[in-house]
Amino acid sequence: MQIAIASGKGGTGKTTVSVNLYYFLSVKYNNKVQLIDCDVEEPNDMLFFPQAKKKSETEVYTIVPEIDKAKCTFCKKCAVWCEFNAISIVKNLKFAEVNYDLCHSCGACFEACTFDALKQIENPLGRISEYQTTFGAGIMEGRLEIGSAMQTALIKKVKKQASTGQTITLLDAPPGTSCPVVETVANADYVILVTEPTPFGLHDLKIAVEVLKELKKPFGVIVNKAGLGNNDVYQFLKENNITLVGNIPFSKNYAANYSRGDLFENIPAELEKSYHTIVDQLQLIIS
Amino acid sequence: MKEITVLSGKGGAGKTSITAALASLAQNAVFCDNDVDASDLHLILKPEIKETHQFDSGSLAFINQETCTKCRTCQDVCRFEAIFTNNDGSPEVNPLQCEGCRLCERLCPADAIQTHQNLNNNWYVSYTRFGAMVHAKMGVGEENSGKLVTRIREKAREIALENKADFVLNDGPPGIGCTAISSITGTNAVLLVIEPTVSGLHDAKRLVELVNSFQVPICAIINKYDINTEFTATVESYLKENKIVLVGKIPFSKMFVESILVEKSLIEFAPNHPISLNLKSIWKMIRQLLISKTCFQ
Repeated sequence: MQIAIASGKGGTGKTTVSVNLYYFLSVKYNNKVQLIDCDVEEPNDMLFFPQAKKKSETEVYTIVPEIDKAKCTFCKKCAVWCEFNAISIVKNLKFAEVNYDLCHSCGACFEACTFDALKQIENPLGRISEYQTTFGAGIMEGRLEIGSAMQTALIKKVKKQASTGQTITLLDAPPGTSCPVVETVANADYVILVTEPTPFGLHDLKIAVEVLKELKKPFGVIVNKAGLGNNDVYQFLKENNITLVGNIPFSKNYAANYSRGDLFENIPAELEKSYHTIVDQLQLIIS
Repeated sequence: MKEITVLSGKGGAGKTSITAALASLAQNAVFCDNDVDASDLHLILKPEIKETHQFDSGSLAFINQETCTKCRTCQDVCRFEAIFTNNDGSPEVNPLQCEGCRLCERLCPADAIQTHQNLNNNWYVSYTRFGAMVHAKMGVGEENSGKLVTRIREKAREIALENKADFVLNDGPPGIGCTAISSITGTNAVLLVIEPTVSGLHDAKRLVELVNSFQVPICAIINKYDINTEFTATVESYLKENKIVLVGKIPFSKMFVESILVEKSLIEFAPNHPISLNLKSIWKMIRQLLISKTCFQ
């Protein structure tokens, strides 16, 4: 069972919700719960587990071309086949170059070249790390190489490496609604959208709902920081028959805990109650 | 004309609220929402759209089921796992996974695949009560958001030059991926909005590393600084160590949300409130930094 946690807008509380669900679901499901941080641009989940032990770390790469100028006839076929303008060839100057920022690692150039002039080399994409925490089945995160624009490729690799066989796998998605988010939720059985009751939160929630409808994914909504804005978000959920999985009240004290990285210390009683309700709701949804 | 881009690394730090406040102070500026994925600036600036443009958001493969021989070549060569076997046993393209590389089309022995351009992204030139604005709306799950950011920034600069505007103010995206990269390249300065939390600082550090690689000067605002004054001190020493100018600290205030609820910037909502006065002096400082190059390089 895979549950993805997404939001549209950044800063609504995806990480807080993911980390807390990891805790509360681990209690309920005998620690057979794992958490995967798919926000590879800015992975934050591990910041809340300073005691966790690192089990493994793997460098990951994409396969990109390197042009062997001794074999290259400068025929340009690879450049023509490259839809991403990553290869420049100037025959007169015997110039052949690959721009790795533009390369999507699709492999078309290797198929195009009939002179065996392209070598497959590895371009650093980022790191995948696995941690053991004091509860649950562990956490895995992908960390994008700074300057790389290939988030989707890394998310794919993180998801592939994740151990299967857990009762529940939680996927903490990046903000937004474009390709990296689509990749995160692609195989999820259920998606939780975390929103905040403000015009920004609602606007971005509507876009996220559109994406999930297009993907035909079952989903529900958690309203975080409840009490901070207005009631328009509840009206929207009602009008569109969207499940309200839970409501987490805004608490300035809890925000202060979060700022220190202390999510599990002194959880206010009302917040703990919210998470118990959410876990019960999810149990109904899962079964 | 100077271009400034508001970024944070972490989402929710307050980029848009601060951009809107600065927009109402800037006078003679052009605004550009670089967060094409989850653009929110228009919710406050209420732009009136004057021009709508289409943007090519990549290509998408289509398999003609009548000519397809089900040889599976397409499925084997696709590195994005975008082609799957549907219930009829035929290969089908998942439009959200297809990157439009056309490899399947080129290698299909039956010539059964065609790639079409997607035109689901729109971008707009608009007018707001504070000046011209360029913004965009991405189609569902579309790609090429980085290129779209580059395109709208070009347009914003063009308008700024035409109007002899002093500034282009970019509201940036969260993260450090393609859209963030596209909103940093060639800008005159980055205004970093940091919240004093472990995740806020962690993400800001990754962003600073990225911005430094482009050698763009950075100044910073600590937003919601009173959530954790101890951690704010940690953020301040980080900024100092990295020679990043701290232009101001703003306390947590529900007033930001209240002003958004009535579609106003904080400056319009409460012009004489201490936070508004604070933002005014912040803008003055950013202006000075941008104009007197020496302080910033």
